[in-house]
Parts: sequence; C-alpha cells; structure tokens
Amino acid sequence: MNQKTESHAARHGWRAALATLALACIAGCAGTPRAPSDKDPYEGFNRAMFEVHEGIDKAALKPLARGYDAVMPLPARMGVHNFYENIWDLSRGTNALLQGKGSEGMNGFARLLVNSTVGIFGLFDVASELGFDQGDEDFGQTLAVWGVPDGPYVFLPIIGPNTGRDLVGWGVDQLFYPLWWDLDDVRLRNSLMALRAVEYRAALLPADKVVEEAALDKYAYLRAAYLQRRHAQIHDGRPPQAQDVE
Amino acid sequence: MQRLFAFLFSVLLSTLALAQDVAPDVLVRSVTEDVLAAVRQDKDIQNGNTQKTIALIQTKVLPYFNFQRMTALAVGRDWRQATPQQKEQLARQFQELLVRTYSNALNSYRDQTVRYRPFKMNPGDTDVLVRTEVLQPGARPIQLDYSLEKTEAGWKVYDVVVAGVSLVTNYRDSFAQEIRAGGIDGLIRSLEAKNKSLAAGKAA
Repeated sequence: MNQKTESHAARHGWRAALATLALACIAGCAGTPRAPSDKDPYEGFNRAMFEVHEGIDKAALKPLARGYDAVMPLPARMGVHNFYENIWDLSRGTNALLQGKGSEGMNGFARLLVNSTVGIFGLFDVASELGFDQGDEDFGQTLAVWGVPDGPYVFLPIIGPNTGRDLVGWGVDQLFYPLWWDLDDVRLRNSLMALRAVEYRAALLPADKVVEEAALDKYAYLRAAYLQRRHAQIHDGRPPQAQDVE
Repeated sequence: MQRLFAFLFSVLLSTLALAQDVAPDVLVRSVTEDVLAAVRQDKDIQNGNTQKTIALIQTKVLPYFNFQRMTALAVGRDWRQATPQQKEQLARQFQELLVRTYSNALNSYRDQTVRYRPFKMNPGDTDVLVRTEVLQPGARPIQLDYSLEKTEAGWKVYDVVVAGVSLVTNYRDSFAQEIRAGGIDGLIRSLEAKNKSLAAGKAA
C-alpha cells in the first residue's frame, strides 16, 4: 500500500516539481521589471517553462538529434522526414478546405494519395516532383481565418512556442494524424513518436548557432520569430508590411 | 576563348553592380549569385571559418545595405529620442551583430540554390520587395525576401525577411526591453557586450 503510493508519487513527482517551479517563478518574477508585452501576459511562467525546455533539450533532445544526424545517411533521413510529412498532408488538405481554399485542399489530398502509393508509404515525395507543392495549413491558421484571435503566448517544454489559439489548433491537428489512429502497439507508437521528435529536432540543428549568436535575449527573440512566422503563415506568406516608425 | 568570355562576363557583372541605377531585382540577383559563387569555391567558409566569411560579407554585401535605416526599424519608436552620436553607435553595433548572424547562416551552406520570384515595379517606386526562395534538396523551399529603398547612392536593402520573419524587427521586443531598463546607452552597452563575447568566443 505504502509502496504503491510512493511509486505513484514518484511518477507524478515531475509534474509537481514543474508546477512548483512555475509558481515560484510567477511569484519571484513579479517583482522584476519585464516587457509589458500584451501578447505575453504570462511571461514569468513562460520563461520558467522555457528554461525547463532548454534543460531537456541540452540534456536529451539535442544530443539524440546530433547522434541521429551523424549516423543516418541523407537518403534515409529524407525517407523518415517524408514519411512523417506525408501524413501531415491529410491535415493540411483538410484545413485548406476549411479555409475555403478548394484547389489547395485537393492538392493536399492528391499529394497524400500519390505519395502513399507511388511514393511507398510516403517515403518518397513523388508528388513534389510532379509539381504538387506541399501546402502549409493547420488548424490554428483555420481558426485565425475564422476570426479567432491569437490569445496569450504560451511556451511549453517539448511542445515549444504557441499562442492560445495555436495550442488548441495543434491539439486538433494531432487528432488528424492518422498514424496514431489504429496503433494498439504502445511500444511501436511511442517509438514512432520519439523518432518523429528526433527527426524534427535534427532538422533544426543548423539554426541553433544562428539563433544563439543573434539573440540578445533568446526567449524574446524566439517569441518574436514565432509570432512573426505565424502571422506570415496565416496570410499565406504575404502579411501586411511591418510598421516603419521613424 | 572560354576563359576570355568568363572574364568579360564577370567584368560586365561587376560594372552592373556598380551602376547606381541598377534595378533592385537585378541587384539582389547579382549580389546573391556573387556570394554563392564565392562560398561554393571556398572550403574554409563551408567549414565555418567565421573571419573569412565576415570578410566576404563586408566586401560583397555591406555596400548594398542601409544599416542606419535597419537600426531605426529595429529600435522602433525610441529611435527618435537617440542623439546622432547614439544613432551612429547603435547602427555600428547592430551591423556587427547582423553580419555575424549572416555569416553563421552562410557557414551552414550545403548545396542550396536560389530561385528568383517574378518581380515588377512601377517607374516611380522608391520602396520595393524582392522575393526569392532558397531551394534545398529534400526540404520545403524557404522564402527569403528583401526590402529595398531607393537612395541617392542607388537601391539599398533595409530589411531581410526569412520565412516571414524579419531579421530586423525581430529585435524590437528585446531592444525595447533594454531601453526601458537602461536607456539608449543601456542598449548600446548590451550590444557591445554581446559583440565582444562573440568575438572572444571565436578566438577561443
């Protein structure tokens, strides 16, 4: 009985630790002057989560990604990358349709069809070679097109930066990721999820040094980059020009 | 014969680049190709020789950038309260930081190519956007856009936008934060400290 409680506590210990850390920072950071950014009302909490994320990244994610990058030959990496990206085309196509972009939606489904068959379960991106360019839609963007505002900026460990709206969108998009639908084998599912995380992290390795050296404050730099990027995506790469203040 | 042709062509290109009324899209294309050609044949740059990369950028890229304007954009509203001397210091430090960022990006060059998107402008335009795409095998193309303005010394780039992210306005939040904490001089000091630590890191 006692043992059971203990292992339960151990399993949930990290959550308690995170929560305590977050609370401590909200309390502690309240006194220090911070950018009163209306987009980031929970900056103290987010900065704490960012530190947690950086810790995990440095200790586990980045070394794994480096090893993966060193071991995997480029064609194999491209196969892995294409495999995961192919599955996203279901969500991309659906979201294009939900935003009233008929031809882009059909383009997404055509890609899924071609790559899943001719491209052997998505390992080869044949569709791009045929001129079906990969779309770039997700449910967060669909919500934005429907008029849902950004909501507060939220940084979570592993998941990364989001706005409130995009966090909801991200969750919905995961439901449209059919790889998990019929997978009862938990170990296989977890392995596939882990491989996806490592592959996507490895793709970001070249950007690490650029961001590290460019930023005065990495947290604020990434926040600005994320918000600009989302703004551009919502406007399909043609956002209204930034205001020039002179 | 072929060599002679190549020589004549390169002379033609460099004269084009020097001409003040060269069109903005032609300017972006010639500078880009010039830089890529230099990187492709330089193993040191591909292996991450920062000093050499920075030298390349200083000779081939900087003449076509307007750093005063870039810094004004990055600082935003507080720019107006800076003295001419502070403005000059800010621009110098910001330039050093951006050159280093650009050199890091060039060091990670593998075998990307650049596609130039169709460009049109009206005769009287003084502010234009030149759109390009960086193509790399096995990855989605990355949008890379340049904002240029017409000055007395020809067209100058004042913003670079990568995948929708302006490398200039991306600094606004951090700059505003520094200015709130220590004024314009505080921001200058932070930039100086950052540049110094980067330069020291390279030597180590």
